[in-house]
Amino acid sequence: MNRYYWILGAFAALVALLAIGLNLNPRDVPSPLVGKPAPAFNLNVLAKPETTLGPKDMQGKVWLLNVWASWCVSCRQEHPVLVEFSKKVNVPLIGLNYKEVRGDGGFDMSKMAADEEKKLAFERANKWLADHGDPYTLTVMDLDGRVGIDYGVYGVPETYVIDKAGLIRMKHTGPITPEVLGKKIMPLLAELNK
Amino acid sequence: MKRLLTLVFALFIASTAPGTKYPWGAAFAMDSATEAALAADPVAEKRLQKLSEELRCLVCQNQTIADSNAELAQDLRREVRTMIKDGKTDKEIVDFMVTRYGDFVLYRPPVKGITLLLWGGPVALMLLGLFILQRYLRRRTTRINAEDQPLSADEASRADALLKENTPK
Repeated sequence: MNRYYWILGAFAALVALLAIGLNLNPRDVPSPLVGKPAPAFNLNVLAKPETTLGPKDMQGKVWLLNVWASWCVSCRQEHPVLVEFSKKVNVPLIGLNYKEVRGDGGFDMSKMAADEEKKLAFERANKWLADHGDPYTLTVMDLDGRVGIDYGVYGVPETYVIDKAGLIRMKHTGPITPEVLGKKIMPLLAELNK
Repeated sequence: MKRLLTLVFALFIASTAPGTKYPWGAAFAMDSATEAALAADPVAEKRLQKLSEELRCLVCQNQTIADSNAELAQDLRREVRTMIKDGKTDKEIVDFMVTRYGDFVLYRPPVKGITLLLWGGPVALMLLGLFILQRYLRRRTTRINAEDQPLSADEASRADALLKENTPK
């Protein structure tokens, strides 16, 4: 009889292990960038393509960097939360439009010239913001996703909280829900702005 | 038998622990003209292939960036290719990936505090299994030896009596 308990115990332990393991979110990869300076970039601003913006322009401010694209389905889910946030909270929210055209998958990039891609990307991004509301203080355009790589972007949408010294304090992968905003992001912003 | 099953179970868990490389195809997709042009250099291509097989694609997490055809894997292969062209060492290229995506991109994560269970777990489970097997076998031997004792005088006479009862007259 004793040995049956033994096996039952081992089985229960295995079930417990799997229950914990399978309930973890495999997308929740800890970012090594947290606590590090936000990687530099200098990208064209969507509203004023002749100007550029980078993290050094935001020095001295606590700000959010939100990675989005019009082809990103989860961004649509998160968008109302951001719109609401921008109305209520006085924290700069910078959009990083990630691979607007080539990330879409519906275009043959080998047949598209750089100028054409740029024009199309700006058109698409502007239209999307016009349709869904624009929560962003500014949006910058990362056409080829090179800046995305520096930020370790692997699943849009992603959001970074960057402090006054330009250090990344938090990274959230996936859509921001009201819960994430209320429980994680808002308290952090309040603390950083103290 | 039950104990033996436990052992088999333990070994099974050990064999499926992370760190096992996935056997399915290392097919390498050529996706654009520029890649094909750069591929003309077989030495660089071999390094790219080797490095790509060490790096995990974060979109389809069970594939290397060599196997995966996800957009991000293509972008990362392009980055690796550019870095090879720029004469970066393998270590510099791997560090580039780790600073951006963390140890998670490495199919062979470094041995350190947080990964000790990952590396030591399978070995620990195997040792545990061997220990259980050894204990089981030892007990079994003692049990068999105990049963193998010759019959005592009392037992022999009882056996004789039983046999006689059954002998047809």
